[in-house]
Amino acid sequence: MSTPGGHKNGIVEGIGGPPSTDVFIKALWRDNPVFVQVLGMCPVLAVSNTAMNALAMGLATAFVLLMSNILVSALRNFIPRQVRIASYILIIATFVTITDYAIQAISVDLHKSLGAFISLIVVNCLILSRAEAFAAKNTIGRSILDALGMGAGFTFALLCLGAVREVLGSGSLFGLRLFPDSFQEWIVMILPAGGFFTLAGLLLLINALQKRKKSTA
Amino acid sequence: MNAMTSISKSGAGNSRKMLFAMVAIGLLCALLISLTYEGTLPIIETKQAEALQRAIFRVLPGTATTRAYRLLPGGRFEAAEGEAESGEVVYAGFDDKGELTGVAIEAGGQGYAGIIRILYGYDPAEEAVVGMYVLESKETPGLGDKIEKDPDFLANFEALDVSLTADGSALKNEVVPVKDGEKEHPWQVDGITGATISSRAIGNMLGKSTARWVPLIHEHRAVFEPKNEERK
Repeated sequence: MSTPGGHKNGIVEGIGGPPSTDVFIKALWRDNPVFVQVLGMCPVLAVSNTAMNALAMGLATAFVLLMSNILVSALRNFIPRQVRIASYILIIATFVTITDYAIQAISVDLHKSLGAFISLIVVNCLILSRAEAFAAKNTIGRSILDALGMGAGFTFALLCLGAVREVLGSGSLFGLRLFPDSFQEWIVMILPAGGFFTLAGLLLLINALQKRKKSTA
Repeated sequence: MNAMTSISKSGAGNSRKMLFAMVAIGLLCALLISLTYEGTLPIIETKQAEALQRAIFRVLPGTATTRAYRLLPGGRFEAAEGEAESGEVVYAGFDDKGELTGVAIEAGGQGYAGIIRILYGYDPAEEAVVGMYVLESKETPGLGDKIEKDPDFLANFEALDVSLTADGSALKNEVVPVKDGEKEHPWQVDGITGATISSRAIGNMLGKSTARWVPLIHEHRAVFEPKNEERK
């Protein structure tokens, strides 16, 4: 039987050790939540129709991830093993609610365009998986680095999707018109199907890059 | 056997620990949420009031100040004071000289993807709808959301005829949606190709809402005239 913190079990990714930039880089790129782990696809596909929405969604998720990682890591020796998932969800839901109010206070329009997807951050498996697989077994310092890396990686991936979809689907980027009026927008790109196309294209690109890197190395 | 008893023993201890942990985390989370709620509530309320104000300015050109009026049972209007805006509320707009520019009215109806809520401005002097603004919609981006942006569609609402019959009890012609490019009369709403359902929804909700509100406001228009207010 493992202890609540599970320190000695050493199952998942480099437990213990001092906070190092390696944790951050690994979370940001090598284990990128979207391109490598393919986690949290619901917001990735749904709210990446414009770069602005994608950025806001990425930052909101990163904030929730950071705060829940800090709290889960701080309480890792206090939460009994049997109720850990319930506790994590409670903590995550709290920060999602806080983010929801904060976004409403920042901009009513932004809140309108993100709509129900803010509340749905609660069930983003990326956040729960980081709480369970990393924060519950690591110090606060390392958990913060991991959350920052994962959050940045998630935001970066969403932004890639959002930028591609907005440029092709609306002919603009962050609301700024890029093409002359004669440009015919690909409306399919801002519909849900466009999300799947773009994600597939990006995954193909990333995998091809990594394959080439492996073969040259 | 030994293993069994040790499990059940640790189970009892664990239950207390589990309960304690969940309650403690629950309280901590409740505290965090209430603090955020209290902290952001005034900001959110101001922002929403500002957004509504901006919407009123958009649908009633030339407006400088606004005032909310509540519809009382029996069909009379009363100036709504303060924040308590229960019941059905319309917003009268006044220009910088204090003259009535029109009345902004909310309407809603089923769109293609959920309820669409709009605000439109009625100018009693022109007997026309002079502006329309979408407050809330979940219409498909790129298709249905043209109801918010399409300039040709929005031009429908710059002077949409809602003149009344001689006795003022009903509209001469109800506002009706028509197909794109088939608008012949000033009370028709031209649709959008590619956003047929969404644009028809706007036309229909305007038709229903104007048929009800315009005669009512016309009958009680004296309430909205600034000279009947206590101003000196």
